[in-house]
Amino acid sequence: MPKRSPTLKDHWREQRLFLSRVAASAVVVLLLTAVLVGRLVQLQVFDYQRFSELSQDNRLRIEPLPPTRGLIYDRNGVVIAENLPTWQLVAIPEQIADLDAVLRDLAALGLVDEGEHQTLVDLIRSHRGFERVKLRNLTEAEAARFAVRRHRFPGIDIQEGLVRYYPFGPASAHAVGYVGSISQSDLERIDRRNYAGTSHIGKTGIERTYEDVLHGEVGYRQQVVNARGRVLLDPAEEEGAVAGLETKWPVPGRNVVLSLDMRLQLATYEALLGSRGAAVAIDPRNGDVLALVSVPAFDPNRLAAGLSRSDFAALQADNDRPLFNRALAGRYPPGSTIKPFLGFAALHYEKRTEHDRTYCPGFFRLPGNTHRYRDWRPQGHGSLDLRDAIVQSCDVYFYQLAVDLGIERMAGTLLSFGFGPPTGIDINGEIGGVVPSPEWKRAQPQFKRPEDKVWFPGETVIAGIGQGYMLVTPLQLAHATATLAARGARFRPRLMIGTEDTFEGRFTYVEPEPLPSVEMDDADWEIVNDAMIGVTRDPRGTARTPLAGTDYVVAGKTGTSQVFTVAQEAKYNEEEIDERLRDHGLFIAYAPAESPEIAVAVVVENGGGGSRAAAPVARKILDAYFAARGTGVVEDYVALQR
Amino acid sequence: MSLSSVEWGAKPRKALGAPGLGKLVVDLPLLLTLIAVTAFGLVVLYSAAGEDLGRVARQGVRAALGFAAFFVMAQIQPRYFRIWSPWLYCVVLGLLLAVAVEGEISQGAQRWLDIGIVRFQPSELMKLAAPMMVAWFLHDRTLPPSLPQLVVVVLIVLVPAVLIARQPDLGTALLVVAAGGLVVLLSGITVRLILASIGVALAFAPVLWIAMHDYQRARVLTFLNPESDPLGAGYNIIQSKIAIGSGHLFGKGWLNGTQAHLEFLPERSTDFIFAVMAEEFGLFGVVLLLILYLVLVGRGLYIAIQAQDTYTRLLAGSLSLTFFVYVFVNAGMVSGILPVVGVPLPLVSAGGTSMVTLMGCFGILAAIHGHRKLLPA
Repeated sequence: MPKRSPTLKDHWREQRLFLSRVAASAVVVLLLTAVLVGRLVQLQVFDYQRFSELSQDNRLRIEPLPPTRGLIYDRNGVVIAENLPTWQLVAIPEQIADLDAVLRDLAALGLVDEGEHQTLVDLIRSHRGFERVKLRNLTEAEAARFAVRRHRFPGIDIQEGLVRYYPFGPASAHAVGYVGSISQSDLERIDRRNYAGTSHIGKTGIERTYEDVLHGEVGYRQQVVNARGRVLLDPAEEEGAVAGLETKWPVPGRNVVLSLDMRLQLATYEALLGSRGAAVAIDPRNGDVLALVSVPAFDPNRLAAGLSRSDFAALQADNDRPLFNRALAGRYPPGSTIKPFLGFAALHYEKRTEHDRTYCPGFFRLPGNTHRYRDWRPQGHGSLDLRDAIVQSCDVYFYQLAVDLGIERMAGTLLSFGFGPPTGIDINGEIGGVVPSPEWKRAQPQFKRPEDKVWFPGETVIAGIGQGYMLVTPLQLAHATATLAARGARFRPRLMIGTEDTFEGRFTYVEPEPLPSVEMDDADWEIVNDAMIGVTRDPRGTARTPLAGTDYVVAGKTGTSQVFTVAQEAKYNEEEIDERLRDHGLFIAYAPAESPEIAVAVVVENGGGGSRAAAPVARKILDAYFAARGTGVVEDYVALQR
Repeated sequence: MSLSSVEWGAKPRKALGAPGLGKLVVDLPLLLTLIAVTAFGLVVLYSAAGEDLGRVARQGVRAALGFAAFFVMAQIQPRYFRIWSPWLYCVVLGLLLAVAVEGEISQGAQRWLDIGIVRFQPSELMKLAAPMMVAWFLHDRTLPPSLPQLVVVVLIVLVPAVLIARQPDLGTALLVVAAGGLVVLLSGITVRLILASIGVALAFAPVLWIAMHDYQRARVLTFLNPESDPLGAGYNIIQSKIAIGSGHLFGKGWLNGTQAHLEFLPERSTDFIFAVMAEEFGLFGVVLLLILYLVLVGRGLYIAIQAQDTYTRLLAGSLSLTFFVYVFVNAGMVSGILPVVGVPLPLVSAGGTSMVTLMGCFGILAAIHGHRKLLPA
């Protein structure tokens, strides 16, 4: 078979080749095995003495040394978060005769929670006999109560530890955040090695965002422990040091300096206390957040010390939602606070001049439609120009203006002021608002049918007074107000202005981050600014009463946003509707109007109108600012840096 | 080109008919050694798992499943392996894609596929499917393979390897590459090409470094200097070396390993079980285990030499050598001469998919040997 022979020949060649490869592989296998055995002989025969010593009756254990968490200061060096020595209740399992009885007696003294009995039993049982198991932090009174009865509790002791403490409690809670025990989900986003020995981690706010800065680097100490794990030698003792045991000290976290001014923050908190709402104050010149408050707030110290499960559940279930950060994530219709921005758009796109007048009969109708869009003043405002319309907050003027501008231009202007997407403030938990447009509506999944995705002319009309789909957060409102105050210059709002070295106290300033500015003619700005001054100074200004008698000039705008839709022929009667359905009150302001240093936005939920509920709060914030003006230290601090 | 049709041995086999019929194939040398290794493994696991009989029983069930796989595979006519190779490869590749898309997140990594009653790792199956596919691709071509053919082989191996590496499971990915590469090596690739591919591999090392996860990079760095990280990855190596070193010649005795029982040693019942063995049974115990492993590898290579066609020869040779690679990588990592890549000790570490797949591989070896035909002279 002539055809087959070359194949056969190939085959033999292949087989020979294969055989040689297998032989070579076998040699490599044997060589590698020899390497392995050689390594084992090295470890198990030559180095046996050393490893045996390390293992048999003595062995090396590495005890992590957690770093001290950095402090948090306000812009004037006032401490907002610190580490305080505390008493911890600890158990030493091997010294406890009857664990159940001991825990019952501790519960009778009110030192442990009866409901946590089984959890504590499991916790203690999971440790080795000689280890000190932390049960909980004690208050001073509790520690004293235990101390006098200590002899009755063999195996239970108190020891010193550190606990995070927030001197201002709820007043700073939503800006600074809090630390809590490291959870399973925390473990997934951290370097576990660096957290060996750390029990708490930043959960929200500054504590969370600047966790890496605040935490520091873990250290360790080598210890010799016996076969049961008891420490025999420690590098802190002389013998241990002689034995060459190492200690690597932890690197403490850096201190964080915030833009907050606690005097302002406290004034803001006190002004809002008792209501639900939020207020944000921003320095328009650099984006520094001077105050950021959301009420009701929670006590971060209780969370840092550790809440029982039922207490935490109660906090979460609270109808007023104290854990919810309204300043960053509360979304409200802006109501009339939107009018200065639309007024600016009207001038910018030349749809109105300073002198163009609109007649307000108390309602507005789209051509060919009978629906009446009502003005808040049923009898109407008569004929007004842009200044009058902002001062008196005329709705009809802005209904007509919205129609003339068109929704696309309105949306474009509002987006350029920073409405819509999140501002990108440097703490987590911020969500954006909504700047509606036909494009936005098409993309919304809640409008399913194609005919629902269409933008209706009426939706443009109500957008003119900040109602309908539009939503803003108090932070966005403050940011946009600051932008207006700064004649279009924008800075990303920020809470951290620098960090400080723990050892040498060297301060590192972080430059503010400019954002794309809004193009603004000075002439246009003057018109809007003048109108907003009128809101607080003009006899017909909507905020003349709450801002009367200030020795600084305030430019402001009130806003009222509807929670409850009033039927076409009915009247809004506050007495008749549920408190939760009452209007939200809003107020934005900046001062001094001639060269603004502070911009504020205040939202009071269900507070009624902006003039009555929100403007007085802004007044208190501004008063606090001007009372303290020029007495801060951070400016010197920053000047020194340069 | 249809060289396979003229390959001898094809005709007499056809007369035998359906797979699985005919005489019962049990390769006694393989079977006895496998029993010895798994039994030794279960004994060590009892100690490593903190004398938890339940875990040993679960591993026993997995071993039983493995032996079942061994017997089933051993009865199949080897030509069916060849015919099934591309299908198996495609199915496993599909499973890998499925895992990548919606695999259950297990320990932060996507490796497991849940099919109702069992959860298994498709990447383990790829350790078998990849060399089968490469052997299938090369079996009817003139060997040694040409350069274009090698390019195809590289694609066959690299596509699943990249998918596995992204899971991320670098250890298994490297083993899949090793299994496919060994087929090529055995196919008689020239020394020049071997050197060239090593050069290419070295050139790709920086790319691999960039693609690696932080924890994988940390492992490599820690391997180079374990003492640099005594709280993290270096801790594993330090403790494992103490365990091995303190074992001495005959060990501390079963259940007496303090390193393992005081929980100094990490991953005692899985990746680091070799250290438990070395601590409790000493140099004597681990050398015995290595000898058993060598018997398995030797028997596999013998089967490869005796095999009658290119496909079975390449497959048998690569499966045997890959098995040795598993052993070497694990023992090397635990004793501190290789980086920690997360490869289990074959047939001993607790874990199901690996056990069943490996036993199936040995079943294939048994089948290749047991179904040989006497040749016409």
